[in-house]
Amino acid sequence: MADPDFDGWSCPLPLRRYERIVMGHGGGGQLSAELVEHLFLPILGDHDGEMHDAARLSLEGRDVSFSTDSYVVRPLFFPGGSIGDLAIHGTINDIAMRGAEPVALSVGFILEEGLPMETLGRVVEAMGAAADAAGVPVVTGDTKVVDRGQADGLYVNTAGIGVIPDGVDIRPRRAEPGDVVILSGTLGQHGVAVMSKREGLEFGTEIRSDSAPLHGLVAAMLAVTKDLHVLRDMTRGGMSASLSEIAASAKVGIEFEEAKLPIPGDVAAACSFLGLDAISIANEGRLVAIVPPGHADAVLAAMRDHEHGRGAVVVGSVTDEHPGVVVARTPFGASRVVDLPLGEQLPRIC
Amino acid sequence: MKFLDEFNDPEIAKQLFAQIAEMTTRPWAIMEVCGGQTYSIIRNGIDQLLPDEIELIHGPGCPVCVTPLGTIDKALEIAARPDVIFTSFGDMLRVPGSDEDLFGVKSGGGDVRIVYSPLDAVKIAEENPDKQVVFFAIGFETTAPANAMSLQVAKRRGMDNYSMLASHVLVPPAIDTIASSPNNRVDGFLAAGHVCSVMGTWQYGPLVEKHQVPIVVTGFEPLDVLEGLRRMISQLERGVAELDNAYARVVVEEGNLPAQELIADVFEVCDRQWRGIGEIPQSGWRISPAFREFDAEYRFGVGDIDAPESPLCRSGEVLQGLLKPNQCEAFGKECTPRTPLGATMVSSEGACGAYYQYRRLEVPVEVGRG
Repeated sequence: MADPDFDGWSCPLPLRRYERIVMGHGGGGQLSAELVEHLFLPILGDHDGEMHDAARLSLEGRDVSFSTDSYVVRPLFFPGGSIGDLAIHGTINDIAMRGAEPVALSVGFILEEGLPMETLGRVVEAMGAAADAAGVPVVTGDTKVVDRGQADGLYVNTAGIGVIPDGVDIRPRRAEPGDVVILSGTLGQHGVAVMSKREGLEFGTEIRSDSAPLHGLVAAMLAVTKDLHVLRDMTRGGMSASLSEIAASAKVGIEFEEAKLPIPGDVAAACSFLGLDAISIANEGRLVAIVPPGHADAVLAAMRDHEHGRGAVVVGSVTDEHPGVVVARTPFGASRVVDLPLGEQLPRIC
Repeated sequence: MKFLDEFNDPEIAKQLFAQIAEMTTRPWAIMEVCGGQTYSIIRNGIDQLLPDEIELIHGPGCPVCVTPLGTIDKALEIAARPDVIFTSFGDMLRVPGSDEDLFGVKSGGGDVRIVYSPLDAVKIAEENPDKQVVFFAIGFETTAPANAMSLQVAKRRGMDNYSMLASHVLVPPAIDTIASSPNNRVDGFLAAGHVCSVMGTWQYGPLVEKHQVPIVVTGFEPLDVLEGLRRMISQLERGVAELDNAYARVVVEEGNLPAQELIADVFEVCDRQWRGIGEIPQSGWRISPAFREFDAEYRFGVGDIDAPESPLCRSGEVLQGLLKPNQCEAFGKECTPRTPLGATMVSSEGACGAYYQYRRLEVPVEVGRG
């Protein structure tokens, strides 16, 4: 296996400032993307030439969606969820973004010596409840313990598989000019809920995580039409990362109306206070759908009939202008470029 | 939402844009001093919707941007020490020093933490009595009272493990320097509302008199900025130069007197380097001798560290409105938010960073798709 060519990378400005991993490499933004593009893919190979939340495999004639995700969230418990249900929902959602019906999950724990058994118990109970509610069983697992100080309490990895129905082909490159951009609900709740708990910030009302399994919502959308073009769950990097990646992958432009974004008042207030941007904050139970215009109304109606899509709203469209670039129309009628966040969002000073 | 929605109303904005357009008969160059105003202008596209005659110049009012390279290097030196917990506002972590940034120090083993208030840093110090906790106190007059308070608290509690690396900058001397420059193009200044909420407006009258330039104290929400601009254009078109307060819901003439007392107790005025601009006399605050034991420069002996800036970076000209960010040859090439040469590219409030983030469609296409 060839060594990665650190000098000859294709990006003109690859990773050059950092000789070590920094937190931003896990932030789901440009730094993460550079790791994948310049280190992981060249060495580990590029399965289907397309980055998505899950891989598509063909097994004995059945098309399968396969994905994995690791969870290192702090604190372990936050308003509206915990690392346990997050680990279940996150992988279910990754699988579902291929249009698949999730079949089974694996769970791997990395536990820190000294972790209270009661804490682990609460996490596993939350996992069990989430898996039961979603109807997706955990069928295999693994446990490792590391010395005290080597993990922050516990980390969880989940992986899962699902079966992709015949005729369903959902992936970023299918976004086409004219397609409609639909969000399944509010933006920013999960990230702000976790951050406010972590930083001990209080905003008068409690902002709860939106963590939820989305495979049921996806199935309801597919019942309208199998011709959904793209689905993404808007986790790290939020909506702006999801749309930026779709635009870059499909070489199309995407435009959205800021005034139509469903940002709850308390999230907007927290963002204003902290100097953050709600469109770049992680969600754990929200997807963005890119849908052919002829099906948009029916898909939107089906989403609104589902418990995890009640707040669904059309926010924009795909265009053949400015390929690869996402543009926001401001409430005043101006426009601005929305970029893939660099790494983690940094609160502004003032 | 209360206190946000009413200052974002598109209908009122439309009226203000129309009034401004109607009043404007000649070209005017207006500098918004504060980075928060720059952010609001660019994010909402206000500059795109103004008459072509009005040019907005993004001023030096982003504290992250004007913190000198030498100060960043001092921070990196202190933060890398094994006995130190280094605390900072979030957007300072990505500002490059001569070799790396605070994120790099953190990944190399330094204990670097983002805080939202210097009092959080004091709390960390109390929880970690065997560590030296240092707070990186940068900012304009706005953040100074809380920073001063943290030193008063530390002194009162007799804490010997809390100190501050302070690099405060002051707005009025910066306006004076820009207006005094023989190259000055600025016809009017939008003063920074939150700075004035602390310091009041009385410092600005003499600047108006001296330079015969209108100064309008302006807020940060889109309608605040538009109202500030409307009042500015009104003065310019009438040929008058006055001090006007368009942010009266927050700013009073005398300012916040208890906050000013706090500042006077802890800080003293000093000459200060501004990154990209150079030294401006009497334009900063440093920790006063009475609080010297809490001065991290003194405690860690880093006072001598200094550093030359990148010769490619023209952020000084950008900050003075002599150059648009995309007119710099390094813009979008050697210099991107990912690989900033100057701090104006680092912060989303920085003139170059804001320009890069939100205006790339208007600059050459190859720019920024690195």
